[in-house]
Amino acid sequence: MAETFNPSTPIYLQLCERIKNRIIRGEIGIGERLPSVRDLAIDSGVNPNTVQRTYRELEEMGIVEKRRGQGTYVTENTTILDRVRDELKEAHIKAFVHEMREMGYSVSEMLDGLNQYLENIRRERDE
Amino acid sequence: MIQLDNVSKRYLTKKALKNVSLQIEPGHIVGLIGSNGSGKSTTLKLISGLIRPTKGTVLIDGTMADRRACRKIAYLSELDAYYSFFTVKQTVDFYEQTFHDFNREKAEEMIDFMKLDRDQKVKNLSKGNRGRLKIVVTLSREAPFILMDEPLSGLDPMVRQSIVKGLISFIDLEKQTIVLTTHELQEIEPLLDTVILIKDGEILDQRRVEDIRSKENLSLVDWMVKKYESFC
Repeated sequence: MAETFNPSTPIYLQLCERIKNRIIRGEIGIGERLPSVRDLAIDSGVNPNTVQRTYRELEEMGIVEKRRGQGTYVTENTTILDRVRDELKEAHIKAFVHEMREMGYSVSEMLDGLNQYLENIRRERDE
Repeated sequence: MIQLDNVSKRYLTKKALKNVSLQIEPGHIVGLIGSNGSGKSTTLKLISGLIRPTKGTVLIDGTMADRRACRKIAYLSELDAYYSFFTVKQTVDFYEQTFHDFNREKAEEMIDFMKLDRDQKVKNLSKGNRGRLKIVVTLSREAPFILMDEPLSGLDPMVRQSIVKGLISFIDLEKQTIVLTTHELQEIEPLLDTVILIKDGEILDQRRVEDIRSKENLSLVDWMVKKYESFC
């Protein structure tokens, strides 16, 4: 169904991020075919030209490959996918640290908080 | 390509368009946006050859827009423009006979997609279904240019949603160019390649929607409000 988009960043970039996330989460497997431009456009309620641009962008990053007459496929190059995974991790950590800093937490407070939180989760799971 | 050169249009004493020049590239979905009475419908009618400019020229693929422009242009009026005593099927028959580029197969597919009853009379259709029927007969034409005047106005969110989906599913941007006017900016924004902002008969700006987002960090609505205010 139609997804909602953040109004102030380009839609093609948001679509890029969503597809990357789905690949990392394994919802779209290595070497698997992505939906056709038209299908993804209909699904997300966006202009087919925008989807085309999204696929072009992902292709330039090496994450997907276009095969003539067959469609667009997720790359089988795991080095690239590992790199994407690392980048995603880094981006989330960066956002976390940035926000915590803004609110005035020190590095040790962040680390303590994180350890504490993970410890709690572990204990809950064990129980 | 659609090209307007220094076009002015006067209705008696009222100036509807003032010296408008613009170009619309093929293969795009273009939104013509602006407040009520800003000249959106006049622009569409000029392009479709339904009215003539008082001054200036309107060119469609290099030829002057006149009555015969309807061969290349499918125009969806903001008014109800069909015979109320026809059924849905008869309306489609009528369009098929009128326009050479009418694709019956596509029409049938869209009728199912829009969940219309073929045997119902147009006069008994709800407003939403009349809106859907208009979309069906307009988009079933394989015309290189499709102009739509307020395809979403006055319709509920479900109908608007099905029209937006129908639009994406049934147009072919490799062969077609869409120009539409609307006030439902939030809904239509993800669909548009380009917007043309018009105020008091003058073009304020023509921009790519993604550029507005990436360079100005604004949504279409915010951008339009900002532009309108700065041109007071």
